[in-house]
Parts: sequence; C-alpha cells; structure tokens
Amino acid sequence: MKQYQGRVVAPGTVTAEALVSHGGLNTLASFQKALQFGDKTATCGDQNNPDLYGKQMAGKALCLPRTIGSTTGGLVLYCACSMHRQPACMLFSEPIDSLAAAGAVLADVWLEDVTMPVVDSLGEEFLSYVKDGMKITVKENGTVEVE
Amino acid sequence: MQLNEELQEVLEGKKGAARQKVLKTMMRYGALFGAESMVRVSSQYNHLVTSFGLKALAPVYSLLDQLIAEAAVSEQKFSADPRPLDPNVPSSFLQNFIFNYFMYSKQEEYEKQLEKLGLLNKDAFTCTCYMDEVGNVPKEGEILSWSESSAVVYANSVLGARCNRNSGIIDLMGSILGYVPCFGLLTDEGRKATWIVEIRTTKKPEAQLLGSAVGMKVMEDVPYIVGLDRWLGTLDEDAKTYLKDFGAATASNGAVGLYHVEGITPEAVQQGRGLLAENVKTYVIDDAELERVYKSYPVIWKKKDAAPKLCFMGCPHMSFHQLVAWTENVEQGLRKNGRKKVVIPTVFTAAPDVIKKFEQTEYAARLKATGVILSYICPLMYMNNPLSEKMPVITSSNKLRTYTSARYYTDEEILAQITGGASK
Repeated sequence: MKQYQGRVVAPGTVTAEALVSHGGLNTLASFQKALQFGDKTATCGDQNNPDLYGKQMAGKALCLPRTIGSTTGGLVLYCACSMHRQPACMLFSEPIDSLAAAGAVLADVWLEDVTMPVVDSLGEEFLSYVKDGMKITVKENGTVEVE
Repeated sequence: MQLNEELQEVLEGKKGAARQKVLKTMMRYGALFGAESMVRVSSQYNHLVTSFGLKALAPVYSLLDQLIAEAAVSEQKFSADPRPLDPNVPSSFLQNFIFNYFMYSKQEEYEKQLEKLGLLNKDAFTCTCYMDEVGNVPKEGEILSWSESSAVVYANSVLGARCNRNSGIIDLMGSILGYVPCFGLLTDEGRKATWIVEIRTTKKPEAQLLGSAVGMKVMEDVPYIVGLDRWLGTLDEDAKTYLKDFGAATASNGAVGLYHVEGITPEAVQQGRGLLAENVKTYVIDDAELERVYKSYPVIWKKKDAAPKLCFMGCPHMSFHQLVAWTENVEQGLRKNGRKKVVIPTVFTAAPDVIKKFEQTEYAARLKATGVILSYICPLMYMNNPLSEKMPVITSSNKLRTYTSARYYTDEEILAQITGGASK
C-alpha cells in the first residue's frame, strides 16, 4: 500500500476503484453524451483519450493530471454531480486547473446531497503508480491510499 | 482573503443569501489559486459560454432560478455563445425530433432566463463576441469575468484584456458580484510565458493546425511565439482572423488562456522577451512537426473513406473578412472545376451581427449562389446529436474535431472537396 499527500480542494472521504487518465480529461467531451442521453454510468465519450474512452466514470476514483478543453467543463462537472453520475472522487497529480476547480467548488457549495472529494497536487509519482482497478481510499486530510 | 467594505457586507449576508453564497463560491475558487483579494470587473460587457437550453443541464437552470428569485442578477449585460438550432442548417426529420424534444427542449425557457439575468440583446449569441460588429470588445488591461475558451484566449492575447479561464456559472457569478478573484492571468506574473514556440515552417502555417500543435504541447502554460510575425505582418484584420482561429485551437486542444506573438500581440509588442519567465522550455514547429500532428488525429468515422455529407466552417464563428474571402475562394474553386454549386452541403457560421453586415454587401448573393448556407448556429451543438455524430462531416476547425466526430482538413483541402476539385 502506498500513501500520497495532496491538497484538499473539496472535502470528503471515500473508497473506490481507480480509473486512470494519463492525459488531460476533456470534461465536456467525456461527459456530454452521458449527461444528455441518460447514461447513469457516465461512459467516457472522448475519443481523443485512449485511457478513458468507453469506460465508465461514475463511482470511480478518477486519477488524472488536469482537465482541458471547453469552459463548460466546470458546469458539466456540476451537472454530473447533481445527477449523481459523478466520479467517486477526483484525484489530480498536478495543481487543479480553473475549470475543474470551478466544478468541484460549485458542487460542494450549491449541492447539499452530493459529495465528491477532490484532492490535487498528489505528484507525478502518484499518477505513474496508480493503475485501473486499484483500491483507492481518500482521507479527510487529503491523504490518498493506493492498494 | 482581503475584502473591501462592499464585499464584506455581501459576506455578512446583508445583500441576500444568494449573493452571499456567490461570494463564498468565488472566494473558495480564488483561494485555490492563491488569490488574496478580489478585483473589480471593469469591462463593459460579460460573455457567457452557456447559450443552449440542454435538457442535461437542468441543474444549472435550477441554480439560475435561485439567483433570479433573489434578484441576484448581473450588474453587466452580456453576450452568450451561439444558439444551438437554426432551421436553415440541413437536418433530417429524425435529427430535428431529437434536437427539439430530447436535446434543446429547454431553449426557449433558457433564453428567457438569460434575458432576466442581463442578456445584451436578442442577437448577442456568438462565440466571437469581440467582433466590432457585435460590439463586446474589451479594452487592453480591462478585467473580465468571461467564459468560452476561444473568446477568453482572444481577449487576453489579441486585445490585452485580463481574464482567467472561467467555467460557465463562474462567469455569471463574477458579473453578479462585480468582482473576480485576483489570480493567474489577471496578474503580471501569471501572464509571463513559460514556453518559447519557434515557428520554422516554409509557408504560413494553417491557423488551427498550428494552434492544435501548440495547445497539445503547452497545455495550460503561456507560450511566446517567435517566427509567426514573419507570416502575419501586422495586427490587421487578416491577422486577427488568423489569431482567432489559432487561439481557439490552442484553447480546445490544450488549455491555453493566453499566448504572446512576438511583434504582433499588444503585450509582446510592448514588452518583447521581457515576457519570458525563467527557465523557459522550447518547442520548435517546422513542416514535419505540423505533418506529424495532423497525422496523429484519430478518424472516428465508422467508414473511414465515406463521402462527406456535410461541411462546417466557422468554429469559432467566421469574421466578416473571412466570409468575403471565402466567398471569393469558393467562386474561384467552382469556376476552376467547371461547377456552379458546392458538391457537399456546406454551412458557414458567423455571428448574427456579422451576418447582417454581410447581407448588406454583394457577397451575400454571390455566396448564396454557390449553394453555401450561412448560419448563426454553433456547429458543436449540432454535432452533439447522436445522428449527426454518425454522419461523415468535414471541417477545418480543430476545435470541432476535438469535441465531435467531424474530420479535420486544411482550408485548401476543404475548398477542393466542396468545390468538387479533389477527393479527400
């Protein structure tokens, strides 16, 4: 078991299975179809992301470097949370970008019945080490355990 | 975070619960990026990315209703991204059914919400709000609360305004408060370049191909581009159009919010290589590199060699200058190939105000005669329809390629295909 220390962006604790993207997550491209057409598992629709394309994102510990692309990204994440199709948590190896930060903060402030812990700055080694399917535990203080 | 008296009152709830929550959101957002203060939004108008009444965004409209109910509306008027629907754009009965009943069924309601929140006017729907014809043109140094990645990168880079890559909802919240957190691209330090991009091509590089290459390499960093001024000359209408498209590709293929072009963009002209941070990285782009990037794009059509059924040009929306130039290009192409009309249904998109201006010129009738359809639509919103996704659509927009199944070609290749001059 390895442990990594990050910064808490949105608080919470969770245990979930890892889903890893080594490239930036294009939030709009990844979630838009799922939100539009009632896919409760939030299958990733971004054909430019070979790590995630076709995989189910809802309920997973999404491990990624950053998000990229459209400035609808934050509100797309907010909607995913509101519709309970969000990842179990989002774990960034780098400092969070402004679009994902917006989504995380909006969900945390404006949605009362939703929790999606978000931790950033976990480091490059975290993203190199973690693989799809590994067990991830996120603690209140931003510690992330990977088994 | 340091707050002035005005914002302190908002934080204490004296201006209502909704505004208090908006301020808390913006403070938390800014704190993540080290913002120690809020700075007043100084542009005349705002710009919002959410222009579409998409059923899937119901949670967003619900949040907006909360704000309207408490009269927490925008202090500024705003423009918004393009509308998602236009009956002039070719679509089948089934596509229309899906558009109207499953996808954009909330469009009318949403536009009413936008009016209550401060929409500039009924034509203020374009991603190119900064066109003179539209009139949302911020001045150098002004602080914005904009979203829409292509507009933010244009405002920062070409106009020298200051704006972070704000998400939808945050854009409006900054406007409601009249303040945004001071971090990132609002600061001198945040506007320094951490990359030098050297252009060593033997001809003027295709704007959206170059933008794609730069975006994918630098991601969210700020690049300082050297060697592009050789091809652009000065910041005239041609160069602005080029940079509009270049920037859109950097912002969508990566996460660029600001670039500097040596000798061309205002801050680069004023400060030159004084804009470089320490320990800059270098990226060289020559013909071979552009070719490599072009070849790396996945083609996700089921039948790779399918005959294109639709062509979209104008993501972001075309400028008046582009519409004129492309009218002439299409006419010449058709003449050369012995044809009168384009052989692939082709849609050029532009801002409603740009279209109005274009329609007052002789070029409008000439373009219509070629069979090209002029529309104010957002091509991305059209392509989100699952039936559209299955169509073989071609485009010279790398932004559209990134988000949809549309296949990217250069301007020259698109022209050849639509005028019947060459197969793909």
